[in-house]
Amino acid sequence: MKPARLLVRRLGAGLVTLLLLSIAIFAGAQLLPGDVGRAILGPLADPDAVASLNHQLGTDRPPLVMYADWISHFVTGDMGQSYAFRSPVIPFVATALANSLKLAAVAFVIVVPLSIGAGVYAASRAGRWQDRVISIAGLSLTIVPEFVSSIVLILIVGVWLRWLPISAATRPGTGALEQLRHLILPALPLVLVLFGYIARMARAGTLQALDADYTRTAVLKGLPRRTVITRHVLRNALLPTITVIASQLGSMIGGLVVVEALFRYQGIGSLILNAARVKDFPMLEAGILTVGAVYVLATLIADALYTVLDPRLRAGMA
Amino acid sequence: MSATLASTAPVALAPRSRLHLVLRSGVFLTGAGIVVFWLFCALFGPSVVPLDPYADDLMNTLAPPSAAHWFGTDQLGRDIFSRVIVGARPILSVAPLATLIATVLGTSLGLLTGYFGGVIDLVLGRLIEVLLALPLIIVALVALVALGPSSSTVIAVIGLIFTPLIARTVRAAVLSERSLDYVAAAELRGEGALHIMFVEILPNVLPAVLVETTVRLGYAIFTVASLSFLGFGIQPPSADWGLAIAENYGMLTGGYWWTAAFAAGATASLVVGVNLVADGVAGAFR
Repeated sequence: MKPARLLVRRLGAGLVTLLLLSIAIFAGAQLLPGDVGRAILGPLADPDAVASLNHQLGTDRPPLVMYADWISHFVTGDMGQSYAFRSPVIPFVATALANSLKLAAVAFVIVVPLSIGAGVYAASRAGRWQDRVISIAGLSLTIVPEFVSSIVLILIVGVWLRWLPISAATRPGTGALEQLRHLILPALPLVLVLFGYIARMARAGTLQALDADYTRTAVLKGLPRRTVITRHVLRNALLPTITVIASQLGSMIGGLVVVEALFRYQGIGSLILNAARVKDFPMLEAGILTVGAVYVLATLIADALYTVLDPRLRAGMA
Repeated sequence: MSATLASTAPVALAPRSRLHLVLRSGVFLTGAGIVVFWLFCALFGPSVVPLDPYADDLMNTLAPPSAAHWFGTDQLGRDIFSRVIVGARPILSVAPLATLIATVLGTSLGLLTGYFGGVIDLVLGRLIEVLLALPLIIVALVALVALGPSSSTVIAVIGLIFTPLIARTVRAAVLSERSLDYVAAAELRGEGALHIMFVEILPNVLPAVLVETTVRLGYAIFTVASLSFLGFGIQPPSADWGLAIAENYGMLTGGYWWTAAFAAGATASLVVGVNLVADGVAGAFR
């Protein structure tokens, strides 16, 4: 199949996923118990006032009408009115998403070279103790919840050594470099969770490439070791790793919910968490659908990158 | 022909030598030691702890670790050592029960979709894709807002979310069994589909189920602990570790490190222990 057609098909599948997701999110929000007007006005409010607020918010209509209304506005960029703030949802979601992307970017910039380096190194020491240590440490770190590693990091790096600021939040007008410094500590728990998985993929890819016939050919025709590694081994080894990194974005956003809450950072994770706590459904739905869209987009970008980087796909042979 | 096949096929280990292989692995033994320790605490914790884990002592709040209180006391003066020990029980009942539900449902679903294929298979595939487009913790969060957070809803929600993930693994294992001669033989004998799935195929995919279950248990602990930390999991006044960290992490900067650090260490050791066990089990069946 031609790469362009492949990408169009993937885009179609991504849109179907988003559509199903939007239905699931909406159904989930409708399932939420309690009456919205009652939840906002409190248990002592007058029933007439509750009914009129429900009418004003449109929450007294049939679910199907509400879904159609919601999704048709959503795709045009109108994500609805927050119940809690009584104002449009979109500025909140936009700011939160930008903040989260900053934090995620810091984590990625740290984790990608670190884990790929460790994976390639482990592969070059395959079967020896260095390999075993990297594998087991990576595997163990992946499964330690972010809030647990955060506690350890806050204590060691923030409280005892005082190397990095503990809070992710900065005063308005803080310089970019200082903002970045505040993001390093919150990014580290995300780095730890992602490290093991990416390192394992990089290790497996490198081992496979080292074992391949083209590598043997490159060595036998007398190419310098460095050239063999960079041109022949790494290029082939890292392709699957790219896809893995993009697919990890999803679990990273899950980690953001915890990390942003812990470090009091106004990102998409804390937006979803707070909306869930106060049952602000439009905010919750918008936040979650945004997360889903980011994930689908990241997967698409990974597919596109893969196509660009793999000459076999570029030529349309695969 | 059968001679050449036999020589190229990987040598299948007898169950007993597999067990031997697992038991000889240092990684597995370390993990098993940690898990057994916490299991002991979960089962017998309340009767072996030195002090009442729920008793306030307002004259002795936030005391640092000492001979009387090995891990210090919290804001209410409760003994943190005792709370960490009994705190093994909530997580070690919720996470394994959720994993059990997911394993039973997921294995059945995987057998069905792998054996029959067709529409259910397509629907399951789509469902997994949608599920994976969102972080599990967010899916669980929304479900728990809808149902109200409690230990039983957490078990149900995590169990249901993990079901399709286990089903996917089992389905893949079933697909490779599906075309083997013994399945065809059973079909020719006139056995029913249920008999073929659960009596013929299931024993052959059990290793895959076992590996997947141990791995999932680690993730279940991860997810339940994170949900409890966020306030949507196990509820107070439980001595759960995630809750303890949520209640106390704000005081880390004030120098009261012991209020959250020991619960964090306990959680980390438990998940790492389960993960090492999973690694050992997977290694034996590789």
